[in-house]
Amino acid sequence: MPSHAETSPTDAPPPRLELRGITKRFPGCLANDHVDLVLQPGEIHALLGENGAGKSTLVKMIYGVLHPDSGSMLWQGVETVVPDPAGARRLGIGMVFQHFSLFDTLTVTENIALGLDGAGPMDQLADRIRTVSERYGLALDPGRHVFHLSVGERQRVEIVRCLLQDPKLLIMDEPTSVLTPQEAAKLFETLRVLAAEGCTILYISHKLEEIRALCSRATVLRAGKVVGAADPRQETARSLAEMMMGAELSIPERPPQGAAGAARLSVRHLSTTSDNPFATNLKDVSFEVRAGEILGIAGVAGNGQAELMAALSGEALLADAGSVVIEGVSAGQMGPRARRGLGLAFVPEERLGRGAVPELSLSENALLSGYAREPLVRGGMVHFARARAYAETIIRGFNVVAHGHRAEARSLSGGNLQKFIIGREILQKPKLLVVGQPTWGVDAGAAAAIHKALIDLARSGAAVLVISQDLDELFVLSDRISVLFHGRLSDSRPTHETTVERIGLLMGGLFGTPPDEDGEITRAV
Amino acid sequence: MSFIRLEPRGQASKTMVYVTPLLAVALTLLSGFILFLAMGFDPLKALYSFFVAPVTSVRGVGELVVKATPLVLCAVGLAIGFRANVWNIGAEGQLTLGAITGGGLALAFYGEGGWWLLPMMVVGGAVGGAVWAAVPAFLRLRFNASEILTSLMLNYVALLLLNYLVHGPFRDPDGFAFPESRLFEADATLPVLWAGTRVHLGALFALLAVAGGWLLIARTFIGFQIKVIGLTPAAAGYAGFDQKRIVWLTLLLSGALAGIAGMGEVAGPIGQVTAGISPGYGYTAIIVAFLGRLHPVGILLAALLMALSFIGGEAAQIAMGLPKAITGVFQGMLLFFLLASDVLIRYRVRFGARRAAA
Repeated sequence: MPSHAETSPTDAPPPRLELRGITKRFPGCLANDHVDLVLQPGEIHALLGENGAGKSTLVKMIYGVLHPDSGSMLWQGVETVVPDPAGARRLGIGMVFQHFSLFDTLTVTENIALGLDGAGPMDQLADRIRTVSERYGLALDPGRHVFHLSVGERQRVEIVRCLLQDPKLLIMDEPTSVLTPQEAAKLFETLRVLAAEGCTILYISHKLEEIRALCSRATVLRAGKVVGAADPRQETARSLAEMMMGAELSIPERPPQGAAGAARLSVRHLSTTSDNPFATNLKDVSFEVRAGEILGIAGVAGNGQAELMAALSGEALLADAGSVVIEGVSAGQMGPRARRGLGLAFVPEERLGRGAVPELSLSENALLSGYAREPLVRGGMVHFARARAYAETIIRGFNVVAHGHRAEARSLSGGNLQKFIIGREILQKPKLLVVGQPTWGVDAGAAAAIHKALIDLARSGAAVLVISQDLDELFVLSDRISVLFHGRLSDSRPTHETTVERIGLLMGGLFGTPPDEDGEITRAV
Repeated sequence: MSFIRLEPRGQASKTMVYVTPLLAVALTLLSGFILFLAMGFDPLKALYSFFVAPVTSVRGVGELVVKATPLVLCAVGLAIGFRANVWNIGAEGQLTLGAITGGGLALAFYGEGGWWLLPMMVVGGAVGGAVWAAVPAFLRLRFNASEILTSLMLNYVALLLLNYLVHGPFRDPDGFAFPESRLFEADATLPVLWAGTRVHLGALFALLAVAGGWLLIARTFIGFQIKVIGLTPAAAGYAGFDQKRIVWLTLLLSGALAGIAGMGEVAGPIGQVTAGISPGYGYTAIIVAFLGRLHPVGILLAALLMALSFIGGEAAQIAMGLPKAITGVFQGMLLFFLLASDVLIRYRVRFGARRAAA
């Protein structure tokens, strides 16, 4: 068990929550192995670990979604069993999930009432929402419909829903992955106020710089076990990452770009219209990606990324064939298969369920897009031996941890599945690769490997387009960066000439501001 | 909180996928035993006369094959569609249309046939079934209408069309106004493969459909596309598989196979077009497809079992004086137990309310 300097003497108040020897086993995997964790009142405590280290399993047990096989849980010094999430809320445990559970067509108040035990009359609830949101600086209009809200505002709804129940422990799972740096900074202020009032915050994030800025203690999980504790303020992002991996982290270097080659992808005045009232229409989007370069498109989710991805992949056909030109060919009315024929490879944001079929083996998933540029199909018949060999090549070449080509896609961790998908696309030697959220929810080791593969691909002469919400990632990868906001794309700027703050402002919609007049906005951390 | 809850199991057992059809058969037999007992029959004797006696003679085994033939043809086509989430419930109507077009050709060339007539009837039956299945395909792709409803409704249209024809244009001019066509000539009749039985060339078509269906599902790229579309439509869109094409293909294919089945009935055991060409083969084929786990070989076995329920039902009516509904009862029980055990592979049942909050 890791030693904690703060271990309380017997007469001091008991810790808010203490886990002792928590063990949880799933078929074929030990998710948590005798995990001990002590959370003190008023601390912001980071829970670190790679994908599959057991973080989500552990917090799900604290929140009563899962139940430990053995071990005990002490809530304020009293041994407690949390039967279900409602029981957890009664104890004073709140949780904000990475994926929101809000109904678009209901108002903020209605959504909160749905998730609140004993919500009371609506108008009173609206008043309480107003009070809480003002107190913690979480600006929120209770009467607005959720579909009007930005992602950051939606997250506020979830947080306010937790705060209304006066939580003593707030669990936050990857809360900033959808926020602009400015929104994240605001969230951190709120969390600090909460902690100062005595609320304990258990914070899960892959963004190590955030952890360093926000948390006073960290517990590190690896393969279900606690492997260390640290004061993140005393560590570097690199040392934290290495603690999680138990190995040295190699951060890819981006060699300077050679002379930019010919345009491999030209998007000209691309506008879309959709029947779906919740879709974001693209408005006159134009850009080029040239051979040998990586263009990054930043932006908060829901600003047209999904529509842009579909327009580029061919899943949505365009009215004007000339609005997407791949390798000099007007491709706007070609389907995905024909575009792949022109040299396009594509990594969708949604890995499981679009980029891969969960129930199928890796060799069948290799065939999923590999058929287009690899000789895997002959005369209408699938060449299974070649598909297997192709899957094995991907697994070896990209260090995918899996039980061979027969493993089902859903049995892989997020990072390994993403390595597999990116490998599948890169090994097809594309002339143009479009990637959405390459390392969303992927641990540091896998993310570094993916970044290196993308940079190598670009330097070998392919054009790479990365659409991501993660600014740190875009600054590592991109030669140029643009921002997508409400369906409009800003002009691109060379990465070395811009800053995270400036891009952050563009992500928030400050397009009109002349670039050199951007104020001095402190970064999220 | 309810008293009985279903909790998802972590992973469905692979063996159970194959064991449950057998379990369903066993439970059906057990329930049949209890049912016969309650009705005052000797249950063992009744089950024997239902499930064993019919296949103790060469003729009985032959009848089993005769009944299984249209079931296999229909079910293989349906299963390929079901795998792609194309829910064709209209095999009965497509079978009827195949009988009308195939039989219509036999009547049109009555007295002037030749070796070419039978192949033409096979093609005609396939085209008739496919055209009938094309209607739901078009309606789904053009108007987003559920093919479950449209294909089901077309079954009744097909039946009424058949009734009209046998009472009118197809009626045997020398048939004393009975609603039946003339008996087909030898040129328009499928040859018997097994002397002493009614097993006809259609059985060979059914075996070809099993082999071809397996090849399509397991080896071709089309089969892979069907699998991906059935499991994860978004991934199929990402990969660039044309889902409209697969809807057309699966509906036309299953319609054509059902059409051949219908043609095989009128040109085989029946030998003429009548108002009652199918005891519900097209509907039973849906059970067969699921009982066979949407796999052609499983379908072959399941079709033999369901065929047994048809002839066993007839035999039990004769031997024991059981009501005609007994066939439907056994088929229904089988499907019920299969679906129930499917639920139990994926979920476990928990009794009692959740533990109270601490």
